Amino acid sequence: MLKVDSTDKAKLIDPLFRTSPLFRASVLALLVVIGWGVFMYARQIILGLGETGMDRPTYWGVYMVNFIFFIGISHAGTLISAILRVTGAEWRRPITRVAEAITVFALVVGTLQIIIDMGRPDRLWFVLRYGRLQSPILWDVVSVTLYFLGSVTYLYLPLIPDLAIVRDNAPITAPSWQKRLYSFLALGWRGNREQWRRLEKAIAAMAVFIIPVAVSVHTIISWILATTVQPGWHSSIFGPYFVVGAIFSGIGALFLAMTAVRRALGLEEYITLRQYRNLGLLFIVMNFIWFYFTYAENLGIAAAQQIEEFVVLASKLWGSFAATFWAMIIAMVAALWILVVPKVLGAVSWSRRLARPEITVASAAGAVATFLLLVSPPISWLEPLYATAALSDPVSRTVAWALLIVFAMGVGLGTAPWLKEHPVASSVFAAILVVIGMWLERWNIIVPTMTHPRLIAFSSYLPTMTEFSLTAASIALFLLLFLLFFKLFPAVSLWEIAEGRLVEEAHSKVSVPEPEPSQEKRGLRWVQRE
Amino acid sequence: MARWAMVIDLDKCVACQGCSIACRFENNTPAVKPSEALKGRAIRWNDVFPIPINPEEEESEEYPNVKTRYLTRPCMHCANPPCIKVCPVRATYKDEEGLVRQNYDRCIGCRFCTVACPYGVRYFNWHKPEWDGELAEANNPDRLEGQGVLEGPAVRPLGVVEKCTFCIHRLHKARARAEAEGRELRSEDYIPACVETCTGKARFFGDLDDPESIVSQFEQSPRAFRLLEDVGTHPKVIYLREG
Repeated sequence: MLKVDSTDKAKLIDPLFRTSPLFRASVLALLVVIGWGVFMYARQIILGLGETGMDRPTYWGVYMVNFIFFIGISHAGTLISAILRVTGAEWRRPITRVAEAITVFALVVGTLQIIIDMGRPDRLWFVLRYGRLQSPILWDVVSVTLYFLGSVTYLYLPLIPDLAIVRDNAPITAPSWQKRLYSFLALGWRGNREQWRRLEKAIAAMAVFIIPVAVSVHTIISWILATTVQPGWHSSIFGPYFVVGAIFSGIGALFLAMTAVRRALGLEEYITLRQYRNLGLLFIVMNFIWFYFTYAENLGIAAAQQIEEFVVLASKLWGSFAATFWAMIIAMVAALWILVVPKVLGAVSWSRRLARPEITVASAAGAVATFLLLVSPPISWLEPLYATAALSDPVSRTVAWALLIVFAMGVGLGTAPWLKEHPVASSVFAAILVVIGMWLERWNIIVPTMTHPRLIAFSSYLPTMTEFSLTAASIALFLLLFLLFFKLFPAVSLWEIAEGRLVEEAHSKVSVPEPEPSQEKRGLRWVQRE
Repeated sequence: MARWAMVIDLDKCVACQGCSIACRFENNTPAVKPSEALKGRAIRWNDVFPIPINPEEEESEEYPNVKTRYLTRPCMHCANPPCIKVCPVRATYKDEEGLVRQNYDRCIGCRFCTVACPYGVRYFNWHKPEWDGELAEANNPDRLEGQGVLEGPAVRPLGVVEKCTFCIHRLHKARARAEAEGRELRSEDYIPACVETCTGKARFFGDLDDPESIVSQFEQSPRAFRLLEDVGTHPKVIYLREG
């Protein structure tokens, strides 16, 4: 009989045996969305991929974007949790389970995207039967499969002691299938010394093993694109660029998931501000690295101005993909702002004076007005006033854009004190922006290159109802898997938390000697000499 | 072993699109609805399309002072094809005679090859191919079929990739005939439908490994060029520049 802390039991074990109406309603709602997706997929199978918005030359569309996005999300987990485990970061303890679960489910949903995208899903097994290892798709099959198996193992291993704890502490009223499930999955865990030794060894080995596999997964996905000769894809930095983006979006997903779990189960004492702060720092670093890569990737194209590549970049900068490209940039800048500015607000004295509600409102109004003026089509009845004619002139447009940025900064400064007071909410805002921004990033990589090929007329691409439905269904499936998993298994690793408490206790017993006060104050030393 | 190649003389091409039509009926490529064609889903193994001219160098005015350039584009049957390198199941591959083949029975419809091809000569079956009325019964019965192999003009199933085959079925027929007559296959025994039909006699076909063949001689011409030479695909369709 394994013992458990009474708060842990109330917060983490008891909810596994209670089903709230909200849970049932959410599952039902998600099932409806998934059911609609299944219907639309069946339609797509029967009628063909012509039901999507894809065409020639846009042979790959939203499904491919979703594939890269979900596989990217999957880096939340295992990679981050493994790195934190290997480096012995104590604060990882309450969030590793959530992170690892994201990985497994994002991989399932991501792989599903490829099957949805296939013209002949009935021939999927050909990949094993006739697979050519020279094809980047086969590299992907190998690495994603390895990553999936590794992630499932890596999720399961730290779950074993928890399963035994749940097995031994299940209420008497618990349904018998659930009890049987826990005792089966606990593999006879008794928590003796030898079992612990083996488990720790296995977890440590898996943590080291999973890091190169995770890196390989997103590198290889980028190589699917980079090994072709298509303009905008044939880039040597795509591998690291994609890995960075994957970890970046993964942290965003982790923020959202851990906040959801924290709210749903009331785990404020487990997932504390310490986790938000530390993960937030990692988030800021990844944001900077992401910007560095994005800049490096596009600068080469912009400076060289090769005919085929530059049209792709031009379409992103001011052409048909300007909206999605700049939305991505704005999302990332805003996410960076939300995380950084509240932290440095106190350091700069004048910024405090600007951070006031009236300035926020005024800036927001100014920003909206400037933006509307910039994007509005020429209005004929305004022509005598030259109101829009003035803005067709490049100089005044540049001034207007600069003004818009200033207004946006005003809004950002005004909201900063609120963000500083609400670190969880601001992390969630930043995470939402980054997750959307990273989806757009994949869109901006796949679609502009597809629509600007070398020897086919440039085209445009708009997803259809089928693609929207299947995307919604994929997200719903991801959420459903997540929901069901945490209905069955503890959301926070019980034994790791208990271990963390012991570590903290030991730390608290270490006494650091007080520093000796210096004889004279530093500043005064010079004064006295004079 | 032969190395089959095509020469297209742009000086002689009158853009009549006869090659495109001949190809359509030889290889059973279905016509799609106009709405689908507008979406870019038309399948033309041998596409004839205008290419933009440089307005600073060439005048393009009102009729009759019009200057339009056309290009006809079959599969390039590259010596270094980007498409076959990415195929996960060897549904597309280069055979020993340098032809880039496409097996409809093997293709899984991932469309990696269509993405990898810089020439855009690979087409995907977005819908089930359909023919109007009697056209459905007038399909070319030729095909290459075997264990897990379906090639040539055979009607393609939904969701697979197809492309110009240099009329591979004609090569097989020519070889069978030569065998039956107990002689070696001669270069002139095998001609794709587009070459046979070309109104302006602008197309030539033959074996690049035979220095006497017409394609080998045209290859030496100062007018000879290949599409996207800088991509490194080494196409075996050679164009002759307009004079």
